[in-house]
Amino acid sequence: MSGEQTRKLIALAFIWVLLLLAPYWMAPLGGYTALGTRVLVLGLAAMSVNFLLGFTGVLSFGHAAWFGLGAYGCGLILKFIAPSTPLGLLAGTMLGGVMGGLLGALIVRRRGVYFAMVTIAFGQVFYYIAFQWSSLTGGDDGLRPFSRQPLHLGFTTIDILNDSIAFYYFVLLCFALAVSLMGFILRSPFGRTMLAIRENERRARFLGIPVERHIWIAFTLSCFFMGLAGALYALVNNFADPRGLHYSQSGDFVMMAVMGGMRSFWGPLLGAAVFVILQDYLSSITINWMSFVGLLFVLVVLFFPRGLLGAIRRKSEA
Amino acid sequence: MSLLEVRNATKSFGSLVAVRDVSLTVKRGELRAIIGPNGAGKTTFFNLISGLFPPTHGTVVFEGKDVTALSAHERVTLGMARTFQITEIFPELTVFENVRIGAEVAAGFRLRPWISNSEKNELKRHIDETLILCSLTDKTDRLVGELAHGHQRAAEIAMALVLRPRLLLLDEPTAGMGDQETYDITQLVRRLHRESNFTIVLIEHDMRVVFHLADRITVLDQGSLLAEGTPKEIATNEAVQVAYLGKAA
Repeated sequence: MSGEQTRKLIALAFIWVLLLLAPYWMAPLGGYTALGTRVLVLGLAAMSVNFLLGFTGVLSFGHAAWFGLGAYGCGLILKFIAPSTPLGLLAGTMLGGVMGGLLGALIVRRRGVYFAMVTIAFGQVFYYIAFQWSSLTGGDDGLRPFSRQPLHLGFTTIDILNDSIAFYYFVLLCFALAVSLMGFILRSPFGRTMLAIRENERRARFLGIPVERHIWIAFTLSCFFMGLAGALYALVNNFADPRGLHYSQSGDFVMMAVMGGMRSFWGPLLGAAVFVILQDYLSSITINWMSFVGLLFVLVVLFFPRGLLGAIRRKSEA
Repeated sequence: MSLLEVRNATKSFGSLVAVRDVSLTVKRGELRAIIGPNGAGKTTFFNLISGLFPPTHGTVVFEGKDVTALSAHERVTLGMARTFQITEIFPELTVFENVRIGAEVAAGFRLRPWISNSEKNELKRHIDETLILCSLTDKTDRLVGELAHGHQRAAEIAMALVLRPRLLLLDEPTAGMGDQETYDITQLVRRLHRESNFTIVLIEHDMRVVFHLADRITVLDQGSLLAEGTPKEIATNEAVQVAYLGKAA
């Protein structure tokens, strides 16, 4: 028991050291800092999807809706209202979370395929709104120009716009706060009711858990995390476009979560890293990079049903 | 005062009437068995009591309160707990974790982001007591999905008990068990009834178990109430012998 706990602590320390030193070990390996930043942001999005999929057992196939809304919320603030990075992040998080919470309330009685289908439909509604409302969103060309703003801390100013390493650490800080909160929730009594619903909905109900209400809370929390990830994504690109809302984007997030391992907390981050790095490397060689990622996905699902991290963990235990 | 009162309950699924005009009164501290041939409507009747679905007609009164319109989880909060014919547990969690979820919900912590150390200790004590009662102390850290069938059934009963219910509904607690396991569960139910004073309603196929445990027996046949009485009365009831026991004997 305590042996398992020590091993968990070592793994956790290893992950954080890896993330903290990423700008320094990535360059010698042929990577670049902005790649690490993308991994963090898409990793946060995949972990948000997995908060619902892996820990509540509810598959949302339209989570890009809240991701894209987060990006637009952040971008619109920076472009039209105020040149403030924190305000943009706050607005994006709130837009994704609140819209997710409102629409989620309509569908928590649906299950399985029906739930997934309705979430896809929600995502597509926002996709077409963003696509058509050119005067506000820039339509198909995307929302521009705006750019992330330097952080004014009173005593000093951090230029996250031009200093890519400073920006990486800013994103890492946001990521760390978000996933710590996620971990905290999962270890709480509420988090355990999520597991109960995942494991056996009928038993959860007959322990006195109002299942629909708890699914709604988990869904809404996941939408807030998704909104934050989307807002950060707008900062990464200094750009927001409708494809961030599209169901194919939702599919990518689910793929990252499943490929990395949806029963493990950190699995989706690994999935996002594999996805982003393969995309970066392969897309410079072939425009059909996605077929290789797809092939890898199929192989992982066939041979490591618990995902890459699940397979690694099993091996280390054996 | 009666603890549970079902008045004229009817449940139909389309043209099939699964339960027809059945009434039942269970006193506090009583152990009631519901028996009947396959398809007699026993489990449907249980589902009406526990709120899995509402009756087509009739009312369910629990501790003087009409609960007919309440959902399953609200009835649990009022003090009803049940097990199922096919074990309903959290297979990928340990025995302790399975029981802990119920303990936390029953303590009103289900929306809590945080519980204090003294609350945690109190929960732990309560969980341990329940595990001792169900003879599961040596399986605390095992995944429930990996336990033998009999122990899974015991774990499900523990999950119901930890809710501190005032009414315990057990749907065929010995289903699919060997002799030793059946004996163990029978002893457990007897302890719960005699020593811990639980009011229990159980559905059971095994006649040895029923006549050994029950204070009163309700017999259902083809969805209707056929007879009700003490084990002795039921054993000598002619209608029951014809419809049910006669075939078995």
